Amino acid sequence: MVIHVTDITVRQLNVHFDKAHALKDVSMRIEEKKITAIIGPSGCGKSTFIRCINRMNDIIPSAKVTGDVLVDGTNIYDAKVDVTDVRKKIGMVFQKPNPFPKSIFENIAYAPRIHGTKRKEDLSLIVERSLRRAALWDEVKDRMNKSAYDLSGGQQQRLCIARTLAIEPEIILFDEPCSALDPIATAKIEDLLIDLKKDYTVVIVTHNMQQAARVADRTAFFYLGELIEYGSTRDLFEKPEKDLTEQYITGRMG
Amino acid sequence: MNRKLKQSIYFGLFRVSGWAVVAAIAVLIGYLLFYGIGAINWEFLTQAPRVGMSKGGIFPQLLGTIYLMALVLIISIPIGILSAVYLVEYQKNKFMKGVWRVVVHNLAGVPSVVYGLLGLGLFVLLLDMGASLIAAGLTLSILVLPIIIASTREALIAIPPSLREASIALGATKWQTVRHHILPYAMPGILTGVILSLSRAAGETAPIILVGAAYYMPGLPDSLFSAFQALPYHIYALATQTRVALTGQSLYGSALVLLMLVVGMNLVAIMLRNKYRKKYRW
Repeated sequence: MVIHVTDITVRQLNVHFDKAHALKDVSMRIEEKKITAIIGPSGCGKSTFIRCINRMNDIIPSAKVTGDVLVDGTNIYDAKVDVTDVRKKIGMVFQKPNPFPKSIFENIAYAPRIHGTKRKEDLSLIVERSLRRAALWDEVKDRMNKSAYDLSGGQQQRLCIARTLAIEPEIILFDEPCSALDPIATAKIEDLLIDLKKDYTVVIVTHNMQQAARVADRTAFFYLGELIEYGSTRDLFEKPEKDLTEQYITGRMG
Repeated sequence: MNRKLKQSIYFGLFRVSGWAVVAAIAVLIGYLLFYGIGAINWEFLTQAPRVGMSKGGIFPQLLGTIYLMALVLIISIPIGILSAVYLVEYQKNKFMKGVWRVVVHNLAGVPSVVYGLLGLGLFVLLLDMGASLIAAGLTLSILVLPIIIASTREALIAIPPSLREASIALGATKWQTVRHHILPYAMPGILTGVILSLSRAAGETAPIILVGAAYYMPGLPDSLFSAFQALPYHIYALATQTRVALTGQSLYGSALVLLMLVVGMNLVAIMLRNKYRKKYRW
């Protein structure tokens, strides 16, 4: 039996944007099939960090990344690694819902299609499965050909999650996925996150500490580009080891 | 002066300016219609001019102008769109992007007769194409490139970066992202540039006189290397080289046909643009 490990090991990760040192010597291990939250004040490097895990920083010309990110034991920054394979394995959901200005069906079918699925029946199956998994199917099944922009913000974000699920990733990165949503839509996304960790390794960046406390198994606190403290969510919130962490979670900073 | 009065004065000024534009166009079109509509009939559109251009039609000139537009469409539109895509989506060097933007803006400001000189020196003489359709087509293509590039660039940078990220994050290559998202979403803006360019190509007079448009020639161009006639030069020729008392109707008729050609293309562009806007909106 092949044991499939999809944990993430980050070693000595540094990111520079021109002269700004955005991420400093971050090393941490993200566990498989758990939800790991990244918290910290604005500008602490948490988004930069998560965007290193699927190499999204590659598209920013000024970004320079050094260090290792090992997924399944493979360094995704290795020269032999095809970046599109990395991103197929590691999906990402963004801060603001960003569906394509196309139909609901096309939004989901796009990724499987570019990865080689051509038959309409196969695509329809993937689309339905992904939408069901993202708890959106019942709301959209009768209007698959309508524009994704007719959906509400929360529905759009779940559509973006379904779109990511359609590439069958092993890890899903969420970059503040609820920051543009109302509390009800946020609750739905949080329920979904907890459901998704049965099958996927989930990393979520959030500036909402309650959200981290509600959904995450483990939490990492970043400050000024450094990883200050990392541990189980309960420990981090109830008995933080570092003063900085305590100041942040008690609202005296940030 | 009280505020309400001030407001009325300024509103009045805005209103007058707004209507002045409409009035100018109305007068222009009304004038051309009044004097030119009588000339336009099937014979006018399908026959060559006769009797010192006072009789017959404008078929060779109309055909020449359509040939030129077709050449510009084939040559400069792919080059213009692709170069804009390269420089917006692929070129990473900020300095090069800046240099290129300045170059394009300056090219757009070069007087058209200078392009004519370039075409004469480069295509007609150096490359030995002679005064020909192809030389004129190439010259006009260079002339309209900055228009296409600038409007394509505007359309590309107006697409939210979040849509590029969405596609890239799904494991799409850059080309897949450009092909399936960027280009389709930018299409309304690109089409605007294309139509503007074709209108320019149809209407430019100075450059084509230098590189191949004939004042008068018998017959039609039989290859890309023949001289040709075109509507704008025909209008110039009628207005300056003939007795307008005899050729006036043909003159206004030609101007009206040219205007309708350009207006017609703009209408097609607006329809296409609305179609794409409906399809992709964000």
